[in-house]
Amino acid sequence: MSLALNLFTIVAVVAGAFFFLAGTVGLLRFPDTFTRLHALTKADNLGLGLVVLGLLPHASSLLVALKLIFVWLLVLLASAAVSQLIARAANREGPRA
Amino acid sequence: MIIALNIGLAVLILALGVWTIVARDTFAAVVGFIAYGLLLTLIWVQLHGIDVALTEGAIGGGLTGALLIGAASRLRKTESKARAERPGALVRGLAAVVASAVTLALVICVLALPDPAPTLAPQVAANIAVTEVGNPITAVLLAFRAVDTLLEAIVLVFALIGVWSFAPDRAWGGRPGAQQHVDPNGILAYVARVLPPIGIMAGLYIFWVGADHPGGKFQGATILAAMWLLTMMAGLTDAPPISRTWLRFGLVVGPLAFIAIGLAGAVTAGALFAYPLGYAKPFIIAIELALLPSLALILALMLLGAPQRAASQ
Repeated sequence: MSLALNLFTIVAVVAGAFFFLAGTVGLLRFPDTFTRLHALTKADNLGLGLVVLGLLPHASSLLVALKLIFVWLLVLLASAAVSQLIARAANREGPRA
Repeated sequence: MIIALNIGLAVLILALGVWTIVARDTFAAVVGFIAYGLLLTLIWVQLHGIDVALTEGAIGGGLTGALLIGAASRLRKTESKARAERPGALVRGLAAVVASAVTLALVICVLALPDPAPTLAPQVAANIAVTEVGNPITAVLLAFRAVDTLLEAIVLVFALIGVWSFAPDRAWGGRPGAQQHVDPNGILAYVARVLPPIGIMAGLYIFWVGADHPGGKFQGATILAAMWLLTMMAGLTDAPPISRTWLRFGLVVGPLAFIAIGLAGAVTAGALFAYPLGYAKPFIIAIELALLPSLALILALMLLGAPQRAASQ
């Protein structure tokens, strides 16, 4: 049972790390603000979500597990709102390299 | 594995520090500084200094970062002009000599540190029981070195008075910051409605657990200030005129309560800033409770800057 849980943790956290890596590569390589934002949200939403999911079986108590999920939800709210704001500002200023 | 992580952190923070210094664009340097603060937070966590990590994250990275972003955006107009100016060889040479001398002095100081480092930690551990708080940081800040903390709070009030004194005469006593024009149905207004209840809870929680766990009034007050600033940025509330009596009272209530309890100690416990035996914890919590609104107000108002609009606007 614990082997299965550990395996689940490893798979989920590695997948999360992959999304962070992909998001970072996208941030560095994509041509304009909007596509870069698109890449960045993958790291926040999916990457952090998968890392949190992977860590859940190892949380010491239900409260800690809920806190982990709560952190992820807060990051979701913040990243969604901030990327909206950045995108709007970029839209107003017009295309720029 | 952990060693690799530590070395990676150390290399990254040094590189980021150098980049922040050599960056030509002010805004880019500020962004570098904020990332530097976040990395420093991770390093403090790694050193098991959770209290310091919380403070660094809240004040060093967050609040100072926001202050610097404000400064950078104000300097943007003069940026190209300032960059075109190039100091003469003499000035540059002198600057290099002074900077190297400071670095050298720091290196000598660090190398001359005694090993093991002198520490008062055993005394704190031996005497923490009389303060009845579980977090040694809180015991040091509010019992063993209470005067330091009081002076810190007073310095912050002075700093805010300094910021206010930049106000033009017509705006004195008025509202700080520019009027915000934000879409009332926009995403910022939405976040400013959803987040504050959560943030206020988090701020009060961090304040409350500070007695026994990492946390405390400073970190809690920063979160409360951030929530207030968020509602002002979104245009849901306006900054209060600085002539309001409740505002001025709120700014000094923390230091005043601190001084009052400290003076009372001279009578009830036989020494200035001493607590009567058995009542240390209620007094410490009372001081922290009084400091919380003062610090939140000071930090938020410092970020808003000098008054710019007359109170009637």
